[in-house]
Amino acid sequence: MNTSALRFAAGNGLLDRRSFLKSGYGLSIATAIGLSPAGRLLADSEPPMPTWMTSLGAADSAYGSPSPHESQVLRQLQPNTPQTAGFSIWHSPLQHQRGIITPSGLHFAVHHNGVPAIEPERHRLLIHGLVERPLQFDLQRLMRYPMVSRIQFLECAGNTAANALSPSALDGDCQALFGQISCSEWTGVPLSHLLREAGVKASARWVICEGADGGSHSRSLPLAKLMDDAIVAFYQNGERLRPSQGYPVRLFVPGWEGNVSIKWLHRLEVSDQPAFSKDESGLYTRILSNDDILAFGFAMDVKSVITHPSGRQRLPELKGFYEISGLAWSGTGRIAKVEVSADNGRSWTQAQLHGPVLDKALTRFSIPWQWTGAATTLLSRASDEQGHVQPTRSEWRSRYAAHSFNHYNAIQAWRVGRDGTVENSYA
Amino acid sequence: MRSLWYCVLLLALARTTAAQAPIDFGQALPAQTIQRYAMTVYPDGRNLPPGSGSVDDGRALYASSCAACHGAEGREGPAARLVGSDGFFSLDDPLRILRIRDQPLLVLSVGGLWPYATTIFDYTRRAMPHHSPKSLSNDQVYALTAYILYINGLLEEHRVLDRESLPKVEMPGRARLRWAEQPQR
Repeated sequence: MNTSALRFAAGNGLLDRRSFLKSGYGLSIATAIGLSPAGRLLADSEPPMPTWMTSLGAADSAYGSPSPHESQVLRQLQPNTPQTAGFSIWHSPLQHQRGIITPSGLHFAVHHNGVPAIEPERHRLLIHGLVERPLQFDLQRLMRYPMVSRIQFLECAGNTAANALSPSALDGDCQALFGQISCSEWTGVPLSHLLREAGVKASARWVICEGADGGSHSRSLPLAKLMDDAIVAFYQNGERLRPSQGYPVRLFVPGWEGNVSIKWLHRLEVSDQPAFSKDESGLYTRILSNDDILAFGFAMDVKSVITHPSGRQRLPELKGFYEISGLAWSGTGRIAKVEVSADNGRSWTQAQLHGPVLDKALTRFSIPWQWTGAATTLLSRASDEQGHVQPTRSEWRSRYAAHSFNHYNAIQAWRVGRDGTVENSYA
Repeated sequence: MRSLWYCVLLLALARTTAAQAPIDFGQALPAQTIQRYAMTVYPDGRNLPPGSGSVDDGRALYASSCAACHGAEGREGPAARLVGSDGFFSLDDPLRILRIRDQPLLVLSVGGLWPYATTIFDYTRRAMPHHSPKSLSNDQVYALTAYILYINGLLEEHRVLDRESLPKVEMPGRARLRWAEQPQR
């Protein structure tokens, strides 16, 4: 192996991607993990072929499911928040996923009133208020409109709230701390088609959007955004929505805090003013450092997290090569770059962005890392095409009151110990 | 002159595209269906129903239907904190540290944060009690709204609320409210 050709891109072992590939280092790693060339002589101690290579495989099933060996890859309820069947927060296992698409069954969910059992034949979407023609749609009619598909993220306003609130960094894994973010292909009808058909009146500015769940979850949204890029979605990742994601129809509002993408969408009341529903009055507001209450701040800010390695993982060898990999996203556009530091912010270098880099979607980044074995801290800092950059935790904290926890997007720090443990930390 | 004709032509085209939806699968929505489902109440009191309820009626109802989740005083949880200034718990609260760590949502309080009293009516009517939403009568919702405002010190004892008086209750959060989004058409 020609390690002399390796070029370091930043402190503490971050490698230049191109020199890494040219050095032959990548090839020798492949050999080490077992991709041995064919034709090698077998030693006497070589065990017999595995039985699955000498027997007929099992029959397949009508609907596929993950391997039983992956049964640990599950959503988990948020720790440290009292929850009931009605109010529940399910986190997605980011540390077990690669790529940018979240499998539908692992998509995060926050339910304010449980999951309703809706009979699709009886479900209606109502549009009324400041419109020329109050309309109702059954699903059969709704699904005859021309549809669009978009790969976009959904993030809860309260994702990573523990790092916003807790004075000391809580010991948690990536799922517990960041698991209220997911990304899917969403397919449905642009809401503008339906609102135009109803004939929105000139005085209209807002639309009160409401679900068919028991508590009729409700948010007031600016008409302009709904006319711009919101869809009523029927499909997630190519199949009909799961009940947990709003079956049979949900609103999807790209880039905005998750709770405005109303699941089980039932009613749209066009209005000249917002309703100040419960969730826009308290839970999803932010308290600024001067104690003002900020309402209707919808867009999710630019953010990133290293998923490999991440909290509560243990690096299997105490030095050597690891690929650092993570996710970046922004509610205001495409990711422009992600910088990574392996020395707690003393030096930074740009990670590789893996295509496709899509508007308001998760973007996968990676960078090769030659760990020396010394304790250190890994950071990632994303920027979007609008020029927004992630703040440090103390910069973020200075904008908000101590008990404000929504829209936390500070640079995340993972502390890597000499024993290979990876821990949540405040840089 | 020619440009004027262009303008007229463009206007005519714009009018036809605006007036005619290319697909019109929507069906007329009857007024009685709107009446059944249009439950949104606005800060100015628009869409509040007839009826009324007193602090005293609300006290008994709160004890039987709400206290199990919101606490006898409306501040203990585990469900959302109804009473108090918003922010962390007071220093003389013996469970302060535990509550901040274990129940982060309890740092927000209805009385301290919500800018409009009408929201209490709107949310209680549509979503409470959590196990049987929309089961309360309008009088009961007025009574519970009155009681929640009373235990926050925002309404005097023995007061009665109705569609006229509720929107007039002033909430402390109102003066602190800032809008991040001020929509234009």
